[in-house]
Amino acid sequence: MSKNKSEYLINRHDNQYEVVIGLEVHAQVTSASKLFSTSATKFGAEPNTQVSLVDAAFPGMLPVINEYCVKQAIKTGIGLKAKINKRSVFDRKNYFYADLPQGYQISQFKDPIVGEGKVILDMPDGQKEVGIERLHLEQDAGKSIHDLDPKNTFVDLNRSGVALMEIVSKPDLRSPDEVNVYIKKLRSIMRYLGTCDGNMQEGSLRADVNISVRKKGSKEFGTRCEIKNVNSIKFMQMAIEYEANRQVDLIEDGQMIDQETRLFDTKKNETRSMRSKEDAHDYRYFPDPDLLPLEVSDDFIENLKSEIPELPDEKKKRFIEKFKLSPYEANILVSDIETSNYFENVIKKSDVKLATNWIIGELFAALNEKNLEITESPISPGNLSKLINLIKDGTISGKIAKTVFEQMMEGDKDPKKIVEEKGLKQESDPKALEALIDKVIDDNRDKAIEYNSGKVKLFGFFVGQVMKVSGGKANPQLVNEILKKKL
Amino acid sequence: MLDITKQSLSELVENIKNKKLSSSEATKAFVERSEKSKELNAYITEDYANALNKAKTFDEKPNLDLKLPGIPMAVKDLFCTKDLRTTAGSKILNNFVPTYESTVTQNIWNEGAILMGKLNCDEFAMGSSNETSFFGNVQNPIDKNLVPGGSSGGSSSAVAAQLTPITIGTDTGGSIRQPASFTGTVGLKPTYGSCSRYGIVAFASSLDQAGPMAQNVKDCALLQEVISTYDEKDSTSIDFKRNEYSKELTKDIKGKKIGIPKEYRVDGMPKEIEDLWKKGIEYAKDCGAEIIDISLPHTNYALPTYYIVAPAEASSNLARYDGVKYGFRAEGENLIDMYEKTRSEGFGAEVQRRIMIGTYVLSSGYYDAYYLKAQKVRKLIKNDFDDAYKKVDAILTPSTPSSAFKIGEKTNDPVSMYLNDIFTVPVNLAGLPGISIPAGHDAKGYPLGLQIIGKAFDEQNILNIAYAMEEKINFKNNINDWWIK
Repeated sequence: MSKNKSEYLINRHDNQYEVVIGLEVHAQVTSASKLFSTSATKFGAEPNTQVSLVDAAFPGMLPVINEYCVKQAIKTGIGLKAKINKRSVFDRKNYFYADLPQGYQISQFKDPIVGEGKVILDMPDGQKEVGIERLHLEQDAGKSIHDLDPKNTFVDLNRSGVALMEIVSKPDLRSPDEVNVYIKKLRSIMRYLGTCDGNMQEGSLRADVNISVRKKGSKEFGTRCEIKNVNSIKFMQMAIEYEANRQVDLIEDGQMIDQETRLFDTKKNETRSMRSKEDAHDYRYFPDPDLLPLEVSDDFIENLKSEIPELPDEKKKRFIEKFKLSPYEANILVSDIETSNYFENVIKKSDVKLATNWIIGELFAALNEKNLEITESPISPGNLSKLINLIKDGTISGKIAKTVFEQMMEGDKDPKKIVEEKGLKQESDPKALEALIDKVIDDNRDKAIEYNSGKVKLFGFFVGQVMKVSGGKANPQLVNEILKKKL
Repeated sequence: MLDITKQSLSELVENIKNKKLSSSEATKAFVERSEKSKELNAYITEDYANALNKAKTFDEKPNLDLKLPGIPMAVKDLFCTKDLRTTAGSKILNNFVPTYESTVTQNIWNEGAILMGKLNCDEFAMGSSNETSFFGNVQNPIDKNLVPGGSSGGSSSAVAAQLTPITIGTDTGGSIRQPASFTGTVGLKPTYGSCSRYGIVAFASSLDQAGPMAQNVKDCALLQEVISTYDEKDSTSIDFKRNEYSKELTKDIKGKKIGIPKEYRVDGMPKEIEDLWKKGIEYAKDCGAEIIDISLPHTNYALPTYYIVAPAEASSNLARYDGVKYGFRAEGENLIDMYEKTRSEGFGAEVQRRIMIGTYVLSSGYYDAYYLKAQKVRKLIKNDFDDAYKKVDAILTPSTPSSAFKIGEKTNDPVSMYLNDIFTVPVNLAGLPGISIPAGHDAKGYPLGLQIIGKAFDEQNILNIAYAMEEKINFKNNINDWWIK
């Protein structure tokens, strides 16, 4: 590994190798119905309950494009700052498989709906731009289930025909970390746009990973291998580590790398050959004669542009400029739309600095501990902002606030009520505090004498005693002031 | 009253509307004649009992405002019909019963017609003689052992033999017009996008088009009026203003400019065809039309272009018949073995030949030389017609280069079989409407047809020309019911 932290290099003998990675991300379009049929797309339904005659490729059935999916793809293209192609063409990708009812997948080959774009990554040592080659719309296949019966394969066509966006990056990624940040950024953008929920457990986001290695400084690309259908960021990173090292070993051994398609075995943590270039399918792409070329007008695109919300990069910029957040804080708060929404709701009525600290600190830790998403937070943004205001106006101390917060986590209770019910209100009445302090000094005469004879460290002891006797409710600032006078 | 089955569609409709005839009487007559005509093998699936029941139901509460009130009708077995087996003439769909109805047939039932059964056709509409059907040859009522043309051979035979007053076929390269020509009947291939393809078993999606087949032009116009609708379920359906073709039908074609393309005088064309064409030109002149010589320079390339484009699309369209979901399945050791056995046993030789041609022309390394080039030539062929239509309103050609041939005569010579489509194929490639009308007989007494090709969406015009010429030609089919013992 290289000494420069951000640079991912593989060292063998005297050689340093750079890893070149490009991703083909398959993102399921968020839409109620499929790309070319009206069947539902809900995840987790009973097998074969969301299948129309079109999805099952019955004789004489014809595809009809779902306009909403087209809009979603264009919005995503806008989010990727990409060129939107006003004319695109659906092609048939022909191959036989039991879960591909038509015997072809409708995809876009030569003329995709979205052209070149870019994604900005925030890496520890600065920003990095990753190029987007294209985005196209295509149908998903069904699902073959091989492990329910020793002899037969079962097929579930619920997924057959669901709209996918294939987002192809340029070979601009150089490390597993960059892949991690890239996928998260892509997912964040699509979630802001509402075009893909990015749920990797449900298969809404998966990727084919193209990897090659080359000696550091070389401008030529090495021979690449494609690792098919990896469905988690962790597995992508593991697969890249394994595959890059495998390729380096081959080169160091004087061998050639075969251009091939490989599979990542998550149990053995290794990639293995699926098919070589010679065995590659001939998909016989040709324009689907059942569908006319897809043409969209400038107005159509402009209307969609007007629907695009503020995206993470712009939001981050605004948070830094307007709220004086650090880039680190801003990054965390804009990383997903729900967090930034939560933050913006809290600061509608409370202090930005305190809100930032409480969300990034206490709230994230508490949610993490309970394994909850921000959308599942027991504390509503409104109540968190009330809590912050109680701190800000001196009603409770920061320390008491933590106790109140813990109780709020048990159920979304109004912090004011908790403070009242439990009598947690800060004691700021000077007379009451004086009485309290007099008693503490009386009870600790000897310590008071020591203090006055120069043992000033004992001041802290008296503050602690006062806080203890008050049950933590004494206003620390006033306690300090009065103690100084009385001692 | 005249024998019911001898009546044209228009006569039947009029008699039912005037309550001179009930739907039951009409249906019974056509069912009886169909049952006596099994030797023609025009039907794949008969649905007579249901038809008679539906006729009875119709008569109980007849809606005489409909365009096809209680009219019995058999249709080509390429149209999916709800709850009635639909085979496309193939073993692979031998057991397939759709749960849905094609748009075109639905339009017909919506106007009151009654389904009698499904008519034979070449397997997946791939053929010009109905000899590729899994369900056997169809006899041409003109003469024993004569092909009825194809692929809509069951349809042409049934209309000519008056087993059904009218029918629908599909035309990908001539499959309505050529069988119409071989049987002395009228067949219209509408403009691509005029009739919905929803629910029609696909052969070549960019060329397939359903159309009416009838005994005369007026009937043909009426059925076209019924079946042609814009359909959101077919993305290639076109939303244009459709005429009421039968109401607007006129014999007044004075001053219409009719083009005669010199490239259609192909080498080795029989003199009989040449003579028929000349006669046709005279008839058109008699009707007041103006004859203009035109050129369609890329005509020679139409047939090879068609035999690249159509198989390419077919090879992909037929991939769904894999034994997994419906239809015939042969057991296999594994998935690939099952596919191979299912498709080897389920598809006939001609379908397999076209799947292989189509797969070949789309393969990497051959795509540019074949498929892409064919698409470019297709555009040139379309441009030829566009240029011609700057000068003329319609084009007159023979429908086929010969009259009907004997069963078995061309089965071992696919190229000579393909040549049958030489005059019809360019029309599909250009997406234009074309109609074949009977115009005379050859020396053997077999019918010959003339084709009138129109501008896109100009069905009314070619129907009018056909209507006017039909009167002058005054064609009579010589059918002696040889198959009825």
